[in-house]
Amino acid sequence: MSGDFVRRLPGGGRSFRNHRGAFTWFNLDPWLMLILLSIVGFGLVVLHSASDGNWEVVAAQLVRLGLGFGLMILIAQIPPYFMLRTAPLLYGLGLILLLLIYPFGTEVNGSRRWLRVPGVLNFQPSELMKLFLPMVLAWYFHERHLPPGLKPVVVSCLLLVLPAGLIIIQPDLGTGLMIATSGFLVLILAGLPWRYILRGSVLVLISAPILWLVIKDYQRGRILTMFDPERDPLGAGWNIIQSKIAIGSGGFSGKGLLNGTQSHLDFLPESSTDFIIAVLAEELGFLGVVSLLVLYGLFILRGLMMSLNAQDTFGRLLCGSITFTFSVYVFVNIGMVSGILPVVGVPLPLVSYGGTALLTLFAGFGLMMSIHSHRRITLL
Amino acid sequence: MREALALKDHRSESQIYVERAATGAGVVFVLFSLLLLRVGYLQTVQYSDSVARSEKNRVQVIARPPVRGLILDRQGVLLAENRPSRNLEVIPEQIKRSQDTLFHLAAVLEMSEEEMARFRQVSGRKTRRFESVPVLFDLSDEQVARFEANRFRFPGLSVQAKLVRNYPQGALMAHAVGSVRRINDRDAASLNATAYAATDHIGKLGVERFYETDLLGQVGYDRVEVNARGRMMRVLDGVKPTNGQNLSLYLDAGLQAAADRALAGRRGAVVAIDPKTGGILALLSRPAYDPNLFVQGISHQDYNALRNSIDAPLFNRAIQGRYQPGSTLKPFIGLIALGHSTISVSDSIEDPGWYQLPGNERLYRDWNWTKTDDGGHGRVNIEKALYRSCNVYFYDLAVRLGIDRLSQDLKQFGFGQAAVLDLPDADAGLLPSRAWKRDHRKLPWYPGDTVNLGIGHGDILVTPLQMATAVTALANRGRWVAPRMAQNQPFQGVAEGLPAGAGALPEEVWAPIIGGMEKVVHRGNQIYGENGTAWSYIGRDIEYRMAGKSGTAQVVAIEQGEVYEASMIEERKRKHAWFIAFAPIEDPKIALAVLLENGGGGSENAAPVAREIIDYYLLERADRGSPDVAMVSGR
Repeated sequence: MSGDFVRRLPGGGRSFRNHRGAFTWFNLDPWLMLILLSIVGFGLVVLHSASDGNWEVVAAQLVRLGLGFGLMILIAQIPPYFMLRTAPLLYGLGLILLLLIYPFGTEVNGSRRWLRVPGVLNFQPSELMKLFLPMVLAWYFHERHLPPGLKPVVVSCLLLVLPAGLIIIQPDLGTGLMIATSGFLVLILAGLPWRYILRGSVLVLISAPILWLVIKDYQRGRILTMFDPERDPLGAGWNIIQSKIAIGSGGFSGKGLLNGTQSHLDFLPESSTDFIIAVLAEELGFLGVVSLLVLYGLFILRGLMMSLNAQDTFGRLLCGSITFTFSVYVFVNIGMVSGILPVVGVPLPLVSYGGTALLTLFAGFGLMMSIHSHRRITLL
Repeated sequence: MREALALKDHRSESQIYVERAATGAGVVFVLFSLLLLRVGYLQTVQYSDSVARSEKNRVQVIARPPVRGLILDRQGVLLAENRPSRNLEVIPEQIKRSQDTLFHLAAVLEMSEEEMARFRQVSGRKTRRFESVPVLFDLSDEQVARFEANRFRFPGLSVQAKLVRNYPQGALMAHAVGSVRRINDRDAASLNATAYAATDHIGKLGVERFYETDLLGQVGYDRVEVNARGRMMRVLDGVKPTNGQNLSLYLDAGLQAAADRALAGRRGAVVAIDPKTGGILALLSRPAYDPNLFVQGISHQDYNALRNSIDAPLFNRAIQGRYQPGSTLKPFIGLIALGHSTISVSDSIEDPGWYQLPGNERLYRDWNWTKTDDGGHGRVNIEKALYRSCNVYFYDLAVRLGIDRLSQDLKQFGFGQAAVLDLPDADAGLLPSRAWKRDHRKLPWYPGDTVNLGIGHGDILVTPLQMATAVTALANRGRWVAPRMAQNQPFQGVAEGLPAGAGALPEEVWAPIIGGMEKVVHRGNQIYGENGTAWSYIGRDIEYRMAGKSGTAQVVAIEQGEVYEASMIEERKRKHAWFIAFAPIEDPKIALAVLLENGGGGSENAAPVAREIIDYYLLERADRGSPDVAMVSGR
């Protein structure tokens, strides 16, 4: 129970290894691994159908998943001590990259999100921030008394607002908000007093009308469309109307894999990426949705257990925030597709087709694995 | 362990974390439950609605038009067929930049303002149903070529071939066959929308109208699966259209053409009937119009020209023209008199050239009465009264019969009613009676009216079709056959209320009537005033035995409201020429009525027309097999 203390002793941070087979040898958590594989397998089946039975799409996703698992295993080998030490450095690097976008970023569809190193790689710095921000906040609170007082709260809020603001003005409101959320989750888990949370919420509510005036037209449209998709059924409302039809027509047990008419006849947009849950709901029905949510629930439970087992504040906060951020992704995606949240470009974790976001997820899982396996004492 | 050395309160920190994590887990549980509730709501409460909407998305019902039945003459000659027309169709949802499209399209196809307005209207109706709507009809080869060459500019537009009606005989058959018209919004309101879902035309006149349901066929449909961009993915199922039935008419295209030649451009009408079946062999009204003009929609200019013409080409004289029958009524009056034994075959009168009602000053003159009062036909019996067309004989006869018996018995020959089975526009003519005059003229029936009726003048009006039908009854020695256009069509229930003909008359009454009509044509080489009225015009060299009767009818009225040349007015005041006939007498194969509007004397002008037509039918016409089974198979 006294990880922090141990860490402070010479040689601390190196952990014992309980030799419990190959998983442990690779610093992996067998339970989390099993749940991940189940979700990924389920996701591949749905993706196969969502892409009209196109095996090439499935193969491409398999390659990405392979890369993801590789990245996860790699990161799981890095001791948490090292992460703790490098967290501020990484955060600084992430900020610099976000700033570099302005002179060097590539503009796509009117927003600068990408950094291109010709011939080497092409990436969104905001993806890195998804992990670096929780890391730096966890590092910050690790060094301080908890629950935090006013000053640490202000400082951590600055740490949070800086990258989130840079991303929002790219503009990429969705990702910025999601990153801010992951930061707030660290704050809350660190024991941010409830009264601050309450005041913050009131502040947000008060500023909502101002926000309404500040946000862009298309964003306002998305919110209006959520409340009444029929106001523009052939334009902005089309996606959400069609996805609701897809979900609703699935009924209890669905139309069967590859039989969903909404997705296969292209009425459902983005059917293999952001709206893939609608394909699942149409073809596998309520049963399919429940199954997936149960798997996600198990993942969250295991993640929380791992965070409770973490031996220092850094590990706890990082592990917990990654787990809760994951559940926020799930909620926002399904909420948006089923029409209770406005349309934001959030993929369904581990199931949606796509690259960068998937790798970031696995990197996060790697962090969790590392934190979990580099321990001296196992409670759970 | 060694907590004393700790700088932080680890226990309380981890306590806080446990508490926060538990709260978070609770929130996640609530949020996930919310998702399940939402999805569950969509999949239970909204289930059937969603299924219906997803089906509506997916399935498009495309109506397939049946092919309209052909109309053939008795020998299989095509009277109405279907030709492909290339129409420009538009799928409004697939049009990008409507203004540009129209701008280029107008240039490529040389569209009129009217067409451009229509295009704007149609392409503005976006529904995301991806239905193809026709905007331009009958594109020329050049237009199609130019469109196809520029096709890349016109997403959402395509040229589609559709079958439309074509009348290969043109004006010749216009009044006999009728025509179809494009269905307009007013028609659409009263039509069965399903039956006409894929059909643009409907029979508006004549046989095309009467046999509309048979010719139309039954619409078919394909239920097709479409994707979100309106592309057809596959045909789910469907019902094939049942093509319309072909219609074989009794008409003989050759005879119709012969009748047209015989009229030689004069205004008038010819109706010829096969006495055995009642089948109408020829039904001609001249002048006529090209029915093809009406199929895709006639221009205002063309239509006004037709409508305002003094010759009234749109007017179907054969079935709607109302004329006094004149002397062609005499054989029927004679027959009625013989039937009632009002006269006997041997009865005769002395014709002084005029007739006077008892106690009345007025003289009713015979046609050959002269101012020196030395006209008249001398001793006249029924036969001579017919072949000399003696007016005085029939004045006397009509008065002796009385109006009641006349109007009642004339009805048996189809006068005063539209007895034709399948020509919906046929006029009933007018057969006067005491009751009619009281109701319509508010006047009593005067004896003078009866006198006039005796020679087919006065109020009585008949159509050429009615005259032909009546003479058919004579050819059949009284047996009534209802005239009809189409072969092999059942006419259940229509026999009620039809004329009885004169089948109940004894055999011996026919000899003087038919004999008299025969002599109209064949009695010749006699002294002056003893030849048949038509003999010198048609009877000298005739190869078969024909029974005929001429008539010359007064012009009832001239249409008012238009200013015509004086000479034209003068021409239009001339009398109408009639001739009715059947031949051969012993076994009649054709019965006909010829009317020449303002044609002058019947024997002189109408009889040669009748002879030419009958000559063609009996002598020239190549018999191409049994006419009644002349069906053409295949399309």
